[in-house]
Amino acid sequence: MSDRRYLSEAELREITQRALAFSQADHCRVNVSSVVDGNTRFARNQMSTSGDILSNTLTVTSAFGQKVASSSANRFDDESLAEVVRRSEELARLVPDDPEYLGELGPQDYPESDSFYESTADLTPDERARAVATVTEQALAEDLISAGFLPHRAGANCVATSEGLFVYGIDSRVGFSTTIRTPDGTGSGWAGSGANDWADLRVPELGAIAVQKAIQSREPRDVEPGRWTVIMEPTAAFNMVNLMVNQLAARPADEGRSFFSAPGGGNKIGQQFIDERVTIHSDPEDPRIHSNAFNGEGLPNRREVWIEDGVLRQLNYDRYWAQENGREPTGFPSGWYMAGGNDTLEEMIASTERGLLVTRFWYIRSVDPRTLLFTGLTRDGTFLVENGQITHPVKNLRWNETPIFLLNNLEMIGQPVRVGSGLGSSVWVPPMKVRDFAFTSTSDAI
Amino acid sequence: MRRRDFLRHSTVAAAGLSLIGRPEALHGILSPTALSPVLSDDRRDLAMRALNAAQLAGADYADVRINTNRNQGISTRERRLLGVSDNVTSGFGIRVLVDGTWGFSASSIVTTTEVEEVARVAVAQARSNRAAQIEPVRLAPYEIETDGRWQSPIEIDPFEIPIEEKVAYLFDANEGALGVAGVRFVNSSMFFLREDKFFANTDGVVTDQTIFRCLPSMNVTAVSDDNSDFQSRNSTDIAPMGLGWEHVINSDLRGMAPRLGEDAVEKLSAPSVDPGSYDLVLLPTHLWLTIHESIGHPTELDRIFGMEADLAGTSFIYPLEDYLGSFRYGADWMRVVGERSSFGGLSSVGWDDEGVQPQDYDIVRNGILNDLQTTREQALWLEDWYESQGVEVRSKGNSYAQSWADVQFQRMPNVNLMPYPEGDVSVEELADGIERGILIDGHGSFSIDQQRYNAQFGGQVFREIRNGQIGGMLKDVAYQLRTPEFWNSMDLAGGESTYFMGGAFGDGKGQPGQSNAISHGCPATRHRDVTVINTARSV
Repeated sequence: MSDRRYLSEAELREITQRALAFSQADHCRVNVSSVVDGNTRFARNQMSTSGDILSNTLTVTSAFGQKVASSSANRFDDESLAEVVRRSEELARLVPDDPEYLGELGPQDYPESDSFYESTADLTPDERARAVATVTEQALAEDLISAGFLPHRAGANCVATSEGLFVYGIDSRVGFSTTIRTPDGTGSGWAGSGANDWADLRVPELGAIAVQKAIQSREPRDVEPGRWTVIMEPTAAFNMVNLMVNQLAARPADEGRSFFSAPGGGNKIGQQFIDERVTIHSDPEDPRIHSNAFNGEGLPNRREVWIEDGVLRQLNYDRYWAQENGREPTGFPSGWYMAGGNDTLEEMIASTERGLLVTRFWYIRSVDPRTLLFTGLTRDGTFLVENGQITHPVKNLRWNETPIFLLNNLEMIGQPVRVGSGLGSSVWVPPMKVRDFAFTSTSDAI
Repeated sequence: MRRRDFLRHSTVAAAGLSLIGRPEALHGILSPTALSPVLSDDRRDLAMRALNAAQLAGADYADVRINTNRNQGISTRERRLLGVSDNVTSGFGIRVLVDGTWGFSASSIVTTTEVEEVARVAVAQARSNRAAQIEPVRLAPYEIETDGRWQSPIEIDPFEIPIEEKVAYLFDANEGALGVAGVRFVNSSMFFLREDKFFANTDGVVTDQTIFRCLPSMNVTAVSDDNSDFQSRNSTDIAPMGLGWEHVINSDLRGMAPRLGEDAVEKLSAPSVDPGSYDLVLLPTHLWLTIHESIGHPTELDRIFGMEADLAGTSFIYPLEDYLGSFRYGADWMRVVGERSSFGGLSSVGWDDEGVQPQDYDIVRNGILNDLQTTREQALWLEDWYESQGVEVRSKGNSYAQSWADVQFQRMPNVNLMPYPEGDVSVEELADGIERGILIDGHGSFSIDQQRYNAQFGGQVFREIRNGQIGGMLKDVAYQLRTPEFWNSMDLAGGESTYFMGGAFGDGKGQPGQSNAISHGCPATRHRDVTVINTARSV
């Protein structure tokens, strides 16, 4: 990789100040992201495509009184900055008042968040290719077919306002995902993980897990749909719990159009609604779940406990809704941590008379927002557990289920691990065993 | 858009295509773009420098795309403007082939030094990847277009319409829905895109295209008095299209809004469906998405060959020799066409993102799987099949990248199911002869497995069919299907008068993920004995 880099704090400070100097609006905010992306993709045991991309984006939000509009561009010369400021102002003058606009923020105190690693930022196409080869070689040695993806990103983002706020953060992320299939098309295994520090990502080990799953999942048998005891590996558990975390918003709940709406009005804050072993928090200063210290308005993201011992403690309040309801705005958790227990995956299997072990879920879509009912399928490693042992692979199944039901039917819970194989924020989720999970049909898909 | 209008407009589109190579003819149709920061002559010069640098660094083949995308979004709820934004992004991407291995690099800094540097980065990256090469990439032949011009067939440039007119239109439409008793929330929006796409490659191809996309939409929510239930209705009668402001006017969101509100309110008191086996009448506002998932995706050749195995998945069409030319998708009259020429289709273009003029082709002909979606690299994977059919080995022109920052790969064309060929069958005629059935209007929840066998679809509005009569509303309906059985259960389809083109902007595929925009034209259809589940739960 060349020395083309994302913009430094000094460069971003200079660019945002220059943009703000063009502003004639009552309030102005400038957001900039500057990111270097690299990725290597492989399929059929060889590299397929790859990319190294430098990308800068600047967005200007202008307000005259309560009239607000935004415009963005990715060129930072004077002429381009003047143009993007002018365009946002022109739009803002023409639109009707937004009664909920609260102006821009002045300087704030931010938590310390350090999620940047040179090891990730400096990753080269050669190093990516060598890492991928440790997986394709394992697949070739077992006469299997590998495909997968190794993306990394390092970059900066900043917020500057006409009220004197300037905040800058840098972040690095790397992910790895591989799906390994048998040539006869009857077996498929997956493994993946993510990290901020390239040194934490153990690509060869992930390859070995996927190879084993591919071999073990050959020639799956049918099982009947219905209610099953399910042991979810951490990725599968994340796939389900994330559906609930994504809905932790105060306003739709207060408006009566969310699972978190309380019957008769208001929301469910203070109510126990799931198993008491469930606690979920976010905290930019927690080294396990580094996430942005500020949101797009420049508002600090502070530690929040969203669910504690199964009780809803907090919902996401934006500035306006917080003011309306006499609360503090919360920011939103881009990274989060679900506390666990001490049960191991092996103990979950050993204690199961008849159940299914699931590697991951796929194509998850909302079916009914009232109950958080979603549908999706199992994928790349689904196994029958009988009398405390994995007995054979099974065909994939479609489910229609809600994370609320699942988290009320919790039987065992393990130690949380980092999940997610792309460039998403750091999220930690434990493996779980639940009862009465609703599968509605089988699929022939391998 | 109805098939009849579509056919009428196709004549106009054909005239549009005759503009190829006559850039002066474009003036007067399209207002000059004040926002494009890179002028045409500059782009040609930058492209040539990039290609030259790539070849000097050792590339056997290189292509470059220099793009400027402008999009405008306006969103409202009830009587409040949620946001207005107008965004421009420009940059370039260079793809190179070195000894049969791809490399790609891109940058938002559009300068002569940067294009040359990025070309060298792409070549170095291809060299890094070459070590693991097993099968070198080869590219199928194609016709060289040295000065190709194309633009979406818009009548009115949406960026020329004042912002206050757009906001007023949405507020007006919102009032139409809010006027219905029981409606509590309305969200509405408009989105417009203009993409100026300049392409050049080392074969001498140069194309310059301007693509427009447009979508007005609304979602209406009714809440029961005691907050115990809420139901929504989306404006799925309006599809995103590759058209201009005229699409907003013609789709008449304002006129439609009260009906959307009434539907949402009626759903609150509609009976919950009894699960079981039903005959279905699927309106094209719903069916386009089922076509997309169960015909569009499994017939992507890269999926069949395992290139997407880690994320999007593979295909039930495997091994290929057991399917191509013999797999029965549906009845003899079933015909599915890949068309990047459809009038207003989101995937319609003059040339694809590797300089190939797309062909229209029968994916399903006489009910049998006949052809697959390809790029230049992939067309050669079907060499034996094409030669056995006496057909030219040529890319279908299905290469696409969502922006300058993304590498191009195989993406879906507009995949259209043709109307029933033996008479203009109406929706009422489809319902006639159904003893116990459900009519589904509008797309809703959707999910399908990674090989495109097992799918589940919801909808917007469900109406009971009893003894041939379309009756009252039902709710909590979803149907489950297995692709081969589902399309073979289609015993009749509507004629041209039922044809409509639906579509979506956000069709995801690839790693890193890219969004494709596709349209799917289709008539209404009838399917026998489909499994319907009830999606209501109490938690």
